[in-house]
Amino acid sequence: MIKHRLFWPTAALIVLLLGNFIAHPAFFSVELREGHLYGSLIDILRFGAPLIMVALGMTLVIATGGIDLSVGSVVAISGAIACLHLSGLENQDSLGGTAGAVGIALGLSIVLGACNGVLVSVLNIQPIIATLILMVAGRGLAQLITDGQIITVNSSPYQAIGGGFVLTLPVSILIAVAVFVLASLLVRKSALGMLLEAVGGNPEASRLAGVRSRRLIWLTYVVCGLCAGIAGLMISSNVSSADGNNAGLWIELDAILAVVIGGTALTGGRFSFAGTVIGALLIQTLSTTVYTLGIPPQTTLLFKAVVVMAVCLVQSPAFRRKLVRRRKPKPVTRARQDEKVEVSA
Amino acid sequence: MTTLTASRQRYLPIIATFALLVGAYGFGAAQYEAFASGQVVLNILIDNAFLLVVAIGMTFVILTGGIDLSVGAVVALSTLVSARLLAAGVSPLVVLVLVLVIGGTLGLGMGAVIHYFELQPFIVTLAGMFLARGLCYTISVESISITDGFFTTMAQTPVSLPGGMHVSTSVVIAVIVLAVAAYVLHFTRLGRTVYAIGGSEQSAMLMGLPVARTKITVYAISGLCSALGGVLLAFYTLSGNALHAVGMELDAIAAVVIGGTILTGGTGYVLGTVLGVLVLGIIQTLITFDGTLSSWWTKIVIGALLFVFIVLQRLVSRRAR
Repeated sequence: MIKHRLFWPTAALIVLLLGNFIAHPAFFSVELREGHLYGSLIDILRFGAPLIMVALGMTLVIATGGIDLSVGSVVAISGAIACLHLSGLENQDSLGGTAGAVGIALGLSIVLGACNGVLVSVLNIQPIIATLILMVAGRGLAQLITDGQIITVNSSPYQAIGGGFVLTLPVSILIAVAVFVLASLLVRKSALGMLLEAVGGNPEASRLAGVRSRRLIWLTYVVCGLCAGIAGLMISSNVSSADGNNAGLWIELDAILAVVIGGTALTGGRFSFAGTVIGALLIQTLSTTVYTLGIPPQTTLLFKAVVVMAVCLVQSPAFRRKLVRRRKPKPVTRARQDEKVEVSA
Repeated sequence: MTTLTASRQRYLPIIATFALLVGAYGFGAAQYEAFASGQVVLNILIDNAFLLVVAIGMTFVILTGGIDLSVGAVVALSTLVSARLLAAGVSPLVVLVLVLVIGGTLGLGMGAVIHYFELQPFIVTLAGMFLARGLCYTISVESISITDGFFTTMAQTPVSLPGGMHVSTSVVIAVIVLAVAAYVLHFTRLGRTVYAIGGSEQSAMLMGLPVARTKITVYAISGLCSALGGVLLAFYTLSGNALHAVGMELDAIAAVVIGGTILTGGTGYVLGTVLGVLVLGIIQTLITFDGTLSSWWTKIVIGALLFVFIVLQRLVSRRAR
């Protein structure tokens, strides 16, 4: 069991949750208030939903050996355009108007993702750089859309996306779960997942084997853009406003972190949606823990730095080799035991 | 003949940048009377001296085919450490040395991890960025102003140039850093090894070049330049703030790319980086002079320029092959 690749992230999550429980015994209590579920755990899920969405899209991109730095900007643009459209409506509560706003926002996100995809798959530009362009220009675009202001909207259907409840559960969680289930089914019950891993493992070999790697890579960026767009709607609807400057700031880093913690290798070729979700929840729990324990929130970044380094080192074959070599002088039987432990790590 | 055209193509991005710079300046001069004065150009240097120093460090890293995302955070950390220590009454010289040591050590550490554990520079320097920003916030969440005599003198003493123009001491420091960097890159073994690693790390290793030492040194140089950039920013703003230089790594990368350094490493000039910084600066100045355009247009224009130059690089390297 200790060898399972989801063991360590899950263990870390459980330890963190237990730590919270010991510090605050009320941490696990979930109560039903006015037909809605309330509690710290629900909050973690609710505030973690946008990160889960972004990280799921990022998982696909990283599986093909790429990276998407522009998701934070797409989050901001999607929220901004939706709020702009809504604020221009006469009746902001109309369902049709809200659906239009959501449609425009998601459509634009798909277009932005497609642009990234073209740069990477057709023009063969390094993914970091290709998406850096939209990361820089996208913030400007988002501010252009909002005219540098914070657009506030007053639309109850729109608010429901990030802050509403259905069947006692927050809508944002339900959306995230739906996307997760859909993506998992699509990837694991069809050949898509295998093809993605093939492209990530060796793009040239998979192309020679007849995989249309270009189209597949392009598609992952489109999906990543769409996921970021949905996350942008969640974030902006939760506060009923759009802030082109700060919405989704640094979310790309958190998302990459979640993907890495979840056991997806940054070099591509192996990915796990479940791991990503656990990674995202771990990051969100970390932020919540920092607040509940009364640690100054500024130290979250230090924690994250340590976690990133630890996870990357554990995943690095070179690091493991060096560790194993150092332990060699020990008796043979001991060494073999140690080696086993190292491999599982 | 083929080598001649290849080398000419190698200069193409840098020539394009220069043409762009001249074009932008000509446009500004034709549009606004005050723009034509030499002081406007010098002001661009004064406003961007710290970015220039950081971008020079970044050039070293990108020439080896790596990337350093931690520079903005290290800049902020340097301003904050200086401000905090100066407020505590530590002598300015000790502060300067300490700040440079911190920056260099951070870079050295990241370089060692990247090389010895074969991790991607991207993720390691990302962790470095988190670490440096986190340290900033633990030092102080609020802005600390600098009142120290040495720092204010450095900040406020203009260096006169002929023709009634002047620059700040920061510009002089930046130009010295530039000269040293150009010398190191083109006339020392370290510099040639940097280019060799960027061309092909494996070949460099097989040639018996000190790949490990050079790769780690390059990140240390970048850390050192970021720390120095932080000191210059502290001169410029006379304050230390954890929120200084947010997103500066992108400006630095953009300057290097627009300056014609190829992101996969091996080709590029530190002088190109200067042109890149000047292009960024002139865009900012143009937008300020216009007055009707909002500041976010800067980001959009920089993004568009990045796009054009990366596609240009792509075309050049494809044809050269």
